[in-house]
Amino acid sequence: MSAEFSPGLILIMGAALVPLFRGPWRKAYMLLLPALSLAYLVALPHGEYGQASVFDYLLTTVRVDELSFVFGLVFHLAVFLSVLYALHEPDAVQHVAGLVYAGSAIGAVFAGDLITLFIFWELTAVSSVFLIWARRTERAYRAGLRYLMIQVTSGLFLLAGIILRVREAGDVAFDFLGLNDLATSLIFVAFGIKCAFPLLHNWLQDAYPEATVTGTVFLSAFTTKLAVYALARGFPGTEMLVWIGATMTAFPIFYAVIENDLRRVLAYSLNNQLGFMVVGIGVGTEMALNGTVAHAFTHIIYKALLFMSMGAVLYRTGTINGSELGGLYKSMPYTTVFCIVGAASISAFPLFSGFISKSLIMTAAADESYVLTWWVLLFASAGVFHYSGIKIPFFAFFAHDSGIRCKEAPANMLLAMGAAAFLCVALGIYPEPLYRLLPFSVDYAPYTRTHVVTQLQLLLFSALAFAVLKRTGIYPPELRAMNLDSDWFYRRLPIIVWSPCGRRGRSRTAATRRRLWSWQRPAAASRPTRTVTRMGARASTSPAPTRGRRTPSSISGRSVRAPDPAAPTASSTRPPTPRGTRPRRPC
Amino acid sequence: MENEKKYWLDEPRNVDRIFWSLVGLCVLLAAFDLVYPQHGHFFWENWVGFYGVYGFLSCIGLVLLAKLLRMVLKRDENYYER
Repeated sequence: MSAEFSPGLILIMGAALVPLFRGPWRKAYMLLLPALSLAYLVALPHGEYGQASVFDYLLTTVRVDELSFVFGLVFHLAVFLSVLYALHEPDAVQHVAGLVYAGSAIGAVFAGDLITLFIFWELTAVSSVFLIWARRTERAYRAGLRYLMIQVTSGLFLLAGIILRVREAGDVAFDFLGLNDLATSLIFVAFGIKCAFPLLHNWLQDAYPEATVTGTVFLSAFTTKLAVYALARGFPGTEMLVWIGATMTAFPIFYAVIENDLRRVLAYSLNNQLGFMVVGIGVGTEMALNGTVAHAFTHIIYKALLFMSMGAVLYRTGTINGSELGGLYKSMPYTTVFCIVGAASISAFPLFSGFISKSLIMTAAADESYVLTWWVLLFASAGVFHYSGIKIPFFAFFAHDSGIRCKEAPANMLLAMGAAAFLCVALGIYPEPLYRLLPFSVDYAPYTRTHVVTQLQLLLFSALAFAVLKRTGIYPPELRAMNLDSDWFYRRLPIIVWSPCGRRGRSRTAATRRRLWSWQRPAAASRPTRTVTRMGARASTSPAPTRGRRTPSSISGRSVRAPDPAAPTASSTRPPTPRGTRPRRPC
Repeated sequence: MENEKKYWLDEPRNVDRIFWSLVGLCVLLAAFDLVYPQHGHFFWENWVGFYGVYGFLSCIGLVLLAKLLRMVLKRDENYYER
């Protein structure tokens, strides 16, 4: 059989036709695409395909081997589950973006050279941002812009590294790179940004919770796991990754405890779980790399399940803040059960998928005598149960009764969650099929008496700590607030540093801006001449009364102000501003 | 809501039951180490109840440190929109 194209192209090309279909045809077509792509992948024997010579460099657009196959397989599972979860969504933009994004990630996984990798790497960034913008809010728009800038920066690092490598080594093959010189260091940073290394991580917590209900499920699966794959391919056994990974497992959990947005809590826990995988890559033994791949496999499924359950809550209630939720098990019993299965899996409870994958990494770290790392990983294992295993289901579905009564999630969402939950349990009970897919042969039995008992001890005592802290009132309450993270350095610090007059100047500038807005209001607009003459000098002190009638909004339940037909609009009465007469910024 | 079905967890006494069942399970698991000593990679893994004590103290420490962190990092939810 001769194959000349990547399986990802089936999804990318197929996505272009999605808007042409309507109703059940569109649903059937979208489900068919990942099935077709997967069938094509399974029929493809291991080897290199789609080779082409460009400027004397041999490009290998498709490479199927043990490592790429298992990532390709789980990416197909993820796209199928995500499409099923999003079937009710009428917005074609999200469907097209999701399929192109998934196809790009699959294309990148099967890339045999750095140039093909770069092209798909950038395509994941450009396509996935539409899953954030599709929420169509100001916050999402801004978060999407920041996300896109950071993702493209990662691509620039990758491109710079590739150019240097081509100049120095004359080679574009994507195999083991090692951290040897500037070129590979740049590529390492590119992978690190997408993998959300510490201090490069905040794009994840910033953007994922701002995406649409269905978009976050797509996002949780591909970008970061593509980076894990790239690190496993290019930098296995790099000592620095052990420390980076250990830090990644530990620090996000402190944020997760005090975070109110439950999808952001999941984003922090995603970072924590990536840390386990990065440690496995850093340790670099066969067992550790098997652990990384197995954990990426199980993680994609249970993390998607958790994001699906929180997405269902957001879809039905309109909020995802822990401070406003509670008692939803009465309204959404199936979603509750599925969320608990996801929570048990991420916590590595025996009989759930995390148990059979995370322990490979822990054992490999212990085997190689990474004692401090082992202590940190154990701390992170207890912590992840605390905030992801308990906090997420507890504050959403139990805790105090918020009084919210809503419908259960739509049928397609329940089906997707049910399928993911089934996989979590099936892999936990019967891990052999997954172990057979791993890049190296597995000589490991997860269900030993010691492993089961020690893991149960760790988890149940962690649950006890949560219960004691809640009953004694020490546990921090869920508050409507946000916590500063590393994004402060690019979202706030430049404003402080570059503001012409410092804080005082900023506040006065803001006051001037408010006055200008008040000038645009209809009442003020009825006195245009007077306002114009005061623009550059002292503005009116009291805000002008606004006219309008209130109408109820059927969507948010909040009242919104509708324009009074009798009142003149701001644009119609706005006086022309002479060129070159911008008001001076007061200092 | 007044005529709404009463759920098992609505009864505070049942929540207490869950808590004390959890305490009982933890005691049983710690006692299990006395009957069947563990064989871990490191010598401290063989101490009775090591994983339980470590898990419990880790979570207490995690929450207390996170509370301190909140005092420093907490801002208004529209901090960046202002």
